[in-house]
Amino acid sequence: MKALSLEKAGQAIETKEQRANWRHSVFFQAKKFLWVTVRTILVAGICFLILYPLAAKLSVSVMAERDLYDITVCYVPKHFTWENYQVVWKHMGFPGTFFNSLWLSLLTGVLQIISCTLVGYGFARFNFPFKKLLFGMVLVMLVVPPQTIMVPMFLRFRFFDIFGVIKLISGNTINLIDTFWPFVLTSLTGTGLRNGLYIYMMRQFFRGAPKELEESAYVDGAGPYKTFYYIMLPIAIPMMVTIFLFSFVWQWTDTFYTTLFLERMATLPTVLSSLAVSINYQEFGPMATMSPAYASMLNNTGSVLVILPLIIIYLIAQRYFVESIERSGIIG
Amino acid sequence: MRPMKFNFQDFLLKVKKGLGDLKLKLNFGGKETTTHIAMEKRRAIAGYVFISPFLLGLIFFFLYPFLQSVIFSFNSIQIGTQGYEMTGVGFGNYHRAFMVHPTFRRVLVESIIQMITDVPLIIIFSFFAANLINQKFRGRAVARAIFFLPVILTSGIILAVENNDLLLGIMSGAIQPDTAAGAVRALELRTLLLETRLHPRFVGYIIDAVDRLYEIVKASGVQILIFLAGLQTISPSLYEASTMEGATGWENFWKITFPMISPLILVNTVYTVIYSFTNPNNPVMEIIKNTAFAESRFGFSSAIAWVYFLVILGILGILIGVISRWVFYHD
Repeated sequence: MKALSLEKAGQAIETKEQRANWRHSVFFQAKKFLWVTVRTILVAGICFLILYPLAAKLSVSVMAERDLYDITVCYVPKHFTWENYQVVWKHMGFPGTFFNSLWLSLLTGVLQIISCTLVGYGFARFNFPFKKLLFGMVLVMLVVPPQTIMVPMFLRFRFFDIFGVIKLISGNTINLIDTFWPFVLTSLTGTGLRNGLYIYMMRQFFRGAPKELEESAYVDGAGPYKTFYYIMLPIAIPMMVTIFLFSFVWQWTDTFYTTLFLERMATLPTVLSSLAVSINYQEFGPMATMSPAYASMLNNTGSVLVILPLIIIYLIAQRYFVESIERSGIIG
Repeated sequence: MRPMKFNFQDFLLKVKKGLGDLKLKLNFGGKETTTHIAMEKRRAIAGYVFISPFLLGLIFFFLYPFLQSVIFSFNSIQIGTQGYEMTGVGFGNYHRAFMVHPTFRRVLVESIIQMITDVPLIIIFSFFAANLINQKFRGRAVARAIFFLPVILTSGIILAVENNDLLLGIMSGAIQPDTAAGAVRALELRTLLLETRLHPRFVGYIIDAVDRLYEIVKASGVQILIFLAGLQTISPSLYEASTMEGATGWENFWKITFPMISPLILVNTVYTVIYSFTNPNNPVMEIIKNTAFAESRFGFSSAIAWVYFLVILGILGILIGVISRWVFYHD
């Protein structure tokens, strides 16, 4: 297009019509060029906004403390050091804490994929009595803040019992606080952290999937369970990866359920939330206070350690993630 | 109204037919007319099998605690080693929430105002951003990956640490106007906008939005995803047809993109409201949690949580009612 118009510009312009055409195409090119420029600036600007805090965290985390007070230091540390990482590594209880968090997030992620995929498929493809009401409950679950049912949930797992059977046998209820059981049970039954959203996403995905595949399987004599396992599960993999990503990430950074159900067991979010305070207490003693800048520096270093595994997972899952979102449409 | 005449014979016929239908339904012995019904029944059972995990969870980990928390909110609870004891206090907890608690009322109103300010900004920004990365340009895949990054990087503890962070606040003077340079820039924008004779309150809103741009970007990850998914489902043939008829890009946007995407504006509004209210970093949430675990007043905490839930429900109801009036449904 551009080459054409330039070529035209080089030639002598003879008729009125040609002149109008040329003017139009120049105008069109200019408009397009302008828009491309504006768009590039906008996209680059927003990307910068998003990446900037991450870069700032990284640069602070490798600075020595005196660099913070040095006015000539801006982003690039003068005294490069791994010392912050050593301090944080020790006080966050790496690698033990890391593995606690890892197992917890993996476990809930896998269990939630299983339960939410099954439930989502059930809601998408079968008709049964009270279906609308039950699906309505999924949406209600989304709206109710977890804090509303926090106290009963805590008490339920603190004094856990199945219809009084356990108390009858052993004479006492079980204390499931500080174990993974509360997470396992809620994930397995699709009532864990933001599971309403995952069920909703899965249902939307299956509703959008072509029906012909299943019908042909039924014609060949497969039952609903076989059809689900052999036909629908393979299609749903990108969506399952997406849900796993969400569930892993949100469990990884969640402070609500981890502090509710785990009192003594340390996970990354719980140690990160009290990192500066605990370092202050242990390194400087109960009476001293460290400088807020240094505390912030340690917090940033801790954040980097928490974020890093997430970024690795995101890079791996990103392809599936974008693909599944594009194909399924999370639309009502 | 046409007067209805009761016809006994008709009635008898209807009853007979109804009984016959019932017989058909109950008789799943496998005659040719009943196979279809039997099939449906089997599918219904399969449906229940698929959702059975959720059914259990719904009863034991949602409905039961949900009802329990209503009861708790009218009681005072003491926890022992063997279990817990309740003593009824009537509406005492609710009375205390509104009349005695030093900060609850203020924090509640503040968080509602904050939410009302943020929702339009987040919706507009995420719609805009989704349109941007829906276009074709070089490096689009990278741009998309970065745009979705806030979904991951700004959740839970990471966000909480970042919000309370001192250094990051100072260092991001370029973005947030903590430093003199930022303040000057926003001031210039303010005088410029005031020159255009817009309402000062509106100008204040825009300035506030510019100042908190990063916060808005952080909060719009999932919304961008939802809008992008919606944009991808709009059939290109619609645009082709209207461009053939001579519509400009601007017209296409308002006559095709906007109405087609409007159901998602509703979805996103609801999502944003729920997310901002149920976010553990929300100050009301902190009050609820501290009351329960730092002060061990479980009943009182349940009462606050219920007030909060009802407020959310009310706001969602109003929003859905207002927005769904002008939402356009294609099918």
